[in-house]
Amino acid sequence: MSNPDLAVEAHGLVKTFGTHRAVDGVDLAVRTGSVYGVLGPNGAGKTTTIRMLATLLRPDGGSATIFGHDVRREASVVRRLIGVTGQYASVDENLSATENLVIFSRLHGLGRAESRAKSTELLEAFGLTEAADRALKNFSGGMRRRLDLAASLIGHPPLIFLDEPTTGLDPRTRAQMWETIRSLVAGGSTVVLTTQYLDEADQLADRIAVIDRGRVVAEGTSDDLKDAVGEQSLNLTLAAASDAGRAAAVVEETLRTPAVLSPESRRLTVPVPGPDAVTDLLVRLRAERIEVASLSMDKPSLDEVFLTLTGKPVEDEDETAGPTTATTAREAVPA
Amino acid sequence: MSTNTLTRPEQTRTAVVAPDLSSRTSVRQTLANTRTMAYRGLLKIRRTPEQLFDVTLMPIIFTLMFTFIFGGAVSGDVASYLPVIIPGVLVQTVVSTSTVTGTQLREDMDKGVFDRFRSLPIARIAPLTGALLADTVRYTIATVITFAVGYAIGYRPAAGFGSVVLAALLVIVCAWCLSWIFAFFGVIARSASSVQGISMMVVMPLTFLSNAFVPADTMPDWLQGFVNVNPVSHIVTAVRELTTYGTVGSDLVWSLVGAAAVVAVFAPLTVRAYMRKA
Repeated sequence: MSNPDLAVEAHGLVKTFGTHRAVDGVDLAVRTGSVYGVLGPNGAGKTTTIRMLATLLRPDGGSATIFGHDVRREASVVRRLIGVTGQYASVDENLSATENLVIFSRLHGLGRAESRAKSTELLEAFGLTEAADRALKNFSGGMRRRLDLAASLIGHPPLIFLDEPTTGLDPRTRAQMWETIRSLVAGGSTVVLTTQYLDEADQLADRIAVIDRGRVVAEGTSDDLKDAVGEQSLNLTLAAASDAGRAAAVVEETLRTPAVLSPESRRLTVPVPGPDAVTDLLVRLRAERIEVASLSMDKPSLDEVFLTLTGKPVEDEDETAGPTTATTAREAVPA
Repeated sequence: MSTNTLTRPEQTRTAVVAPDLSSRTSVRQTLANTRTMAYRGLLKIRRTPEQLFDVTLMPIIFTLMFTFIFGGAVSGDVASYLPVIIPGVLVQTVVSTSTVTGTQLREDMDKGVFDRFRSLPIARIAPLTGALLADTVRYTIATVITFAVGYAIGYRPAAGFGSVVLAALLVIVCAWCLSWIFAFFGVIARSASSVQGISMMVVMPLTFLSNAFVPADTMPDWLQGFVNVNPVSHIVTAVRELTTYGTVGSDLVWSLVGAAAVVAVFAPLTVRAYMRKA
């Protein structure tokens, strides 16, 4: 049943909390040595899926194997093969960076001296040497994430789970995190990461699963996804809100894709293949005497991916209240 | 804000050893993991010394308070009350301290770091056993301070230093056994404050409905019935016998039997509940 090339193989994973099916039949196949992105808004079931794969939650249905080892029956074997960096830093607040890493190293079976050496080495690799003896309370968000990631690498796990590794980080720290993740993969690790940001999945992942309401709604390379969504998206602000309905109809007719309409701001957003399509659209709008107040082109946001893939806009169920919601993702993160 | 740039972590990945994939954790590993988790507990105490207030201030306040309030009334004068009250306060403070095990365990389990412990290939029970082990340090501090305060106000145990050490060990062992009760509440309760509430409800009658502060023979019969079977009374009497006469009597045996019984009941319950949650 299990394929030796696969680091993660999941079939029909289900997790129910009360009456809420947080994960509702997720299938995943992650090739060894690749970066796999799980993309979705808050509350889509990303974290729950990762927690089941990392043996932190028991699936209510379906099956999952890590390098061929069942997450339920062989949990302790699986734990030897994985490193987990949680969405909320899984390090000890009260202790210093060095103390944290030494304790995790000791738990991984390293000796006293080895543990010291290991933590020194990791602190250096993650640019935390100067903060080594500071209490974590005084760490910035980015430093905490880096320490968290460093802690996940102690046992040289061949598979690393990163749950929203850059949510809440500033753009520069985010870029550093991306670099780190890339170099992990260059070192031969398989990485499964969850994200709310399309550009992050695009930058890092070889393959992406788009997940919504506990289900995988699309899966493929980022090119596959972009083909489905369009390379860019067009934002149109109309002069008159009363034109919005007609404008949306024109857009759908011309581009054969539905537009996301926000009437209060008279704004239409629609994925487009390129500038030529925009010219066609503008010509049509003028013919219809619909006045455009402003126009901009943008990379597609998660909203558009969702609209295109699911036919409905993102509904933020927000079970894991984060600092940025999917709907503001684009503003928060410059593409 | 740090301005460090990241160097490549693959430098750290020179030797990727094939992990040992045996799925059982050995006794040796369990002990090693427990030791590491206890070390973590000690580091936490060092980093947040304010959580030692209960084991430092409480013994001082209670010893002084009970001695000077009850001394004259119970034993005629303070000096002759000391051999009665010091063992009483000692057992009362150390047993109360053991409730903190549960609250801290609950707080700890709610933190993100527990996720990491649970994702590590370690003995699953280690975070629990390590925490319980680290707590013996707290009991030791409370014990030493109680005896020291007693000494400062004139307590001179007749049986000498050796017996005092034995009595201290007895109290620490018994408190450790009783802490399994509170660890159980810590594991099953929803919040740290509810653990504290439940623990107080258990520990107040246990310590006050005993012979810790006043002799039981002035109490009504129905109360004496409880006081005489209360394990805390047995521990207190055993400590008094040890420190005053240097003798080991049936009360010491009953203390240990009672403590063992608590472990026999609550350790499996706690471990089962913990494993289900962890």
